[in-house]
Amino acid sequence: MAQKVFTYIVHKNGKAYDTAVEMAAAAGRIYPEASLTAIVTGSGSDLDNVCKEVAPFYNEVWKFENDSLSYPNAEIIRKVLVRNLPNDAVLLLPHDTFGMDLAPGLSIKIDSIFISDVVDFISLEDNQLKVVRQEFNGQVSTHIISDISHGAVLTVRPGVFQAEDLKPSSGKIIDKSADAGDLTAGRRFLEIVEAEAGDVDITKEDILVSVGRGIEAQENIEMVEELAEVVGGAVSSSRPIVDAKWLEKSRQVGTSGKTVKPKVYMALGISGSFQHLGGLKGKPFIVAVNRNPKAPIFQVADIGIVQDILEFIPVLTEKIKERK
Amino acid sequence: MEILVCIKQVPDTAKNEIAVNIDGSDIERDDIVYSVNEWDHYAVEEAIQIVEKVGGSVTIVSVGDKDVDEIIRREMAMGANNGILLSDKAFIGSDGRGIATILKAAVEKGNFDLIMTGAQADDCAGQTGGMLAAMLDIPYASLVNHIDVMDENKLKVGREIEGGNREINEITLPCVLSIQTGINEPRYVGLRGIRKVASVEIPVLDPSQLGIAVESVGSSGARVKRLDYFVPEFGKGAEILEGNMDDIAERLIELLKAKGGIR
Repeated sequence: MAQKVFTYIVHKNGKAYDTAVEMAAAAGRIYPEASLTAIVTGSGSDLDNVCKEVAPFYNEVWKFENDSLSYPNAEIIRKVLVRNLPNDAVLLLPHDTFGMDLAPGLSIKIDSIFISDVVDFISLEDNQLKVVRQEFNGQVSTHIISDISHGAVLTVRPGVFQAEDLKPSSGKIIDKSADAGDLTAGRRFLEIVEAEAGDVDITKEDILVSVGRGIEAQENIEMVEELAEVVGGAVSSSRPIVDAKWLEKSRQVGTSGKTVKPKVYMALGISGSFQHLGGLKGKPFIVAVNRNPKAPIFQVADIGIVQDILEFIPVLTEKIKERK
Repeated sequence: MEILVCIKQVPDTAKNEIAVNIDGSDIERDDIVYSVNEWDHYAVEEAIQIVEKVGGSVTIVSVGDKDVDEIIRREMAMGANNGILLSDKAFIGSDGRGIATILKAAVEKGNFDLIMTGAQADDCAGQTGGMLAAMLDIPYASLVNHIDVMDENKLKVGREIEGGNREINEITLPCVLSIQTGINEPRYVGLRGIRKVASVEIPVLDPSQLGIAVESVGSSGARVKRLDYFVPEFGKGAEILEGNMDDIAERLIELLKAKGGIR
């Protein structure tokens, strides 16, 4: 019998996230002949639409419909999963703000091993699963090994596994709503507060001059603003600059900030964590300047310059001015 | 409110380049500078701010070797009341579940209303808080970037979700929160503050004092094991411009012009 692998489908406004298909692709990397089950919770026509959307990629779709599930509260969904997952289940979740909320606690409740933010699957021999994950914001990778014979909860990095090799399936949608069980929790969802719009909409800019931790001090932001001005672009940043309140949240590029699609992206003193790169779409021409030659940003950049940005930016700005 | 903040000592990535050692068994640790995990530092500040508003106490706890005493002290200097070090050779090599098991024992020795961790640390796993809450069977919220105390039984917390939006939840105490960076502006502590806690006693607890079975933690209890470290290679990598700074700048300008990077 084919090994059963489960995925929880993250969705919004009646549409599954891209990770719904990526998780199916990732499951195929562990067990090429896996029988895949998608678990979808929610309510109303949005839920039905998501079930239909993901069915072609899964053997079964388990639907849990209840008004209490209309917003994905990880504390409630954990209970549904604990009650319904078979013993020794292998469950894949995207390593996003929902997966991170749900997965570690779930692994304790079903007494399974937990590995977070998997970026590659190497092998499975005698129930020993070997995977790759990263530490220090992607500066180093590690091989991790764990016995999954008593089940596993794995979060998988979004955007890594692509669906090209997936064999089309015709998933049977099974209504499991009656098995949902207790849908109360000590944490209750109230509302979403949308991020404030800033003075500049970086999602619409063709040239972004983006600054990270390498800028070192608030007073140095000025030199980045000047460079942005002479090239005719806008200033954006990575997370630490916003955490330090040196720039507005609306300037942050990344999964917890804005998703941008410029033509040219200058990453100045930005190491290039996957959360940052997750906000960079549309294959821009990337120039990275960083004094650390091992910074992950150099793996994805088109042009790399190993220099201290505090010395390099003024030289570059001056030379552009001279030519104008 | 009685608050416990769980902190971890990590290599300071602002002061070190992280490299793999010669046989790939670890990162290069010679001359490395350690500091408190950045996420945990924000958690300590948040705990102190809550206690400044509603009263109570802040306790800092960490699992690690004897050197971690210094990091606990430095965080206490921000205004925490107590520190506890959980230290024993049996704890070495713990996986996420092992660390949560050790912390759970420490939580149960006190009477805490709120337990905080950082949202993640050097290993980028983001697992301790969620595991700890599940073991304690109390509510959990991750990636918290805002906290309002409603009354003695509940908090209103904001979670940072995709796109920089904030998900507001009401959560019943006691609970565990994992704290996201940027939730506050951690205070600067000068020498005077550090001197004030220099002689405070920080108890060290071992497995027998904590009531932990040693085989459930450390490398013997670890079900998830790290085999090695290596340097990742993705994509083709950048074309590196070399030479003196003026030449590099000139060549970059040509490239930028060709790609529409200078208007």
